Amino acid sequence: MKKAKEIVVISGKGGTGKTTITASLAGIMTDKVIVDADVDAANLYILLRPQNIRGTDFTGKGLAEIDRDLCVHCGLCKELCRFFAIEIVDGDYRVDPFSCDGCGLCKIVCPVQAVTIEEQVVGKWFSADTEFGAFVYARLIPGAENSGNLVTMVKEQAKQKAAAGNIPTILIDGPPGIGCPVISAVSGADFALIVTEPTYSGISDLRRVFDLTAHFGIKSGIVINRCDINPGNTTAIETFAREKGIPVLAGIPHSRCIMDEISESRLPARKCKELSRQIENIYEHIKTELLNE
Amino acid sequence: MYIAVASGKGGTGKTLVSTSLALCAGECAYVDLDVEEPNGYIFLKPVIEKEIRCELPVPQIDEQVCTFCGECAKACAYNALMVMKQLKKTLFFADLCHSCGACAYVCPVKNALKEVKRTIGKISTGKTGTVKFIEGRLDVGRPSGVPLIACIINDFLDINDLLIVDASPGTSCPVVESLKKSDYVILVTEPTPFGLHDLELTIEIVKELGKEAGIIINKDNGRSALIEDFAARAGIPVLLKIPYSMDIQRAYSEGIPLIEAQPGIKEKFKEILKKLTAGIGQ
Repeated sequence: MKKAKEIVVISGKGGTGKTTITASLAGIMTDKVIVDADVDAANLYILLRPQNIRGTDFTGKGLAEIDRDLCVHCGLCKELCRFFAIEIVDGDYRVDPFSCDGCGLCKIVCPVQAVTIEEQVVGKWFSADTEFGAFVYARLIPGAENSGNLVTMVKEQAKQKAAAGNIPTILIDGPPGIGCPVISAVSGADFALIVTEPTYSGISDLRRVFDLTAHFGIKSGIVINRCDINPGNTTAIETFAREKGIPVLAGIPHSRCIMDEISESRLPARKCKELSRQIENIYEHIKTELLNE
Repeated sequence: MYIAVASGKGGTGKTLVSTSLALCAGECAYVDLDVEEPNGYIFLKPVIEKEIRCELPVPQIDEQVCTFCGECAKACAYNALMVMKQLKKTLFFADLCHSCGACAYVCPVKNALKEVKRTIGKISTGKTGTVKFIEGRLDVGRPSGVPLIACIINDFLDINDLLIVDASPGTSCPVVESLKKSDYVILVTEPTPFGLHDLELTIEIVKELGKEAGIIINKDNGRSALIEDFAARAGIPVLLKIPYSMDIQRAYSEGIPLIEAQPGIKEKFKEILKKLTAGIGQ
């Protein structure tokens, strides 16, 4: 059994249309497992309407806890903690859960074993069915850490599903930015679809996220969303793509139809003809790219 | 006073709002903590006066001295160290390291493990008119911006300034780090099911941290009742609605600040600032 090919949709800048493009691709691609790797703010399920949802807790790194009765107030943990996570409240040493990184140095240095590290549930991942195929997504507890590990977990689940069902492709909706969840989402991917928009912010973020894909040696292509709002900037993106030797796969004009469909939580490519045509082009291109590997 | 501008969902207009607030405030400091993709500079066009590299301590092992006892790897909660006793090798995976110092603390052999500096990003400071400008920029390929954010908050901010802080999108650790010290949180959202969903998640963090918050609805296209109904139920005020307009989008695409594209909106931002600063003084 060949390893399933992974296509990841990323953007750098948030709000450029990753989820719209991923959902639209999901609507026409045959035989795939769909993943929402934006575990901070997972929105794909709103359009895909999953059923038969099975959820599993995800345990992340631990948090320190200080036993008040055992603590001898030596202050060593507070002095050595590099995350400034230990504070004195009403005369007692306490751990601020929002600052604690779970490194365990306080436990190591405590002379009276008053510190324990308690593992925390930091999120939940879900496996579900949709009319477009199997779907794996997750929800990080707001404010929690370890989003990169949760992304790795949902991707691993998708790979197992693909292997079990002999499914050749995994389609991944990535998070914004360039940090750990994005690195986890793109690592091992066969193709990265970068969705950008012709704004100075969009271009600035495109450069950084392209550097990230190049850094990890991942083949990429660009989609310019709302390409008609600033033709000059669209040309600048095309020039950038040419210089870097990456293809521009589509330019999707701004459309009221797409906005209205998203507002109604519907898959926009069904009703919005121009989008649907562009999505077909993107899909054809990705198929060729993956065949040429 | 520390006003944080956050959103959950990306691309809703955090930078649009925070740069406008900064330009309306007269004297203030604009702080870009969206260190993965900092864009405030595009609108504020600051003159940069200083650039400082943000460095973190990471272990370096001297294999001539190391006894390969494995204590450092055992202490590391992030699996960033691997000791192969037989091969007499210690591997260090820098991207997994959180710079906690546990390895250096437990190493029993003198001079076997010392901490050296590793750059994770850059902090730029400067000025645009009467607005101080401070920006964090994570190096591409570095996994976590949290230490860079913490470094700016701890060492670069003057609490006597009016601080307008542009936070990163999402709902995980970088956002929490940006909001922890805030006095007030402005949540920027858009009237779509995506915007609402992510707003709900962000409000959970705001409540957990015990912060006061208000909402700005951007791209108001006549569907804002979706957000307003939720805001009323959650007991959070809607401070402002910014209309959905092609003119605003075109100006944004060229890096033109909102208050220049829509001069009428300046008074509204000033009013918000007045209310917030007065509220905190009470």
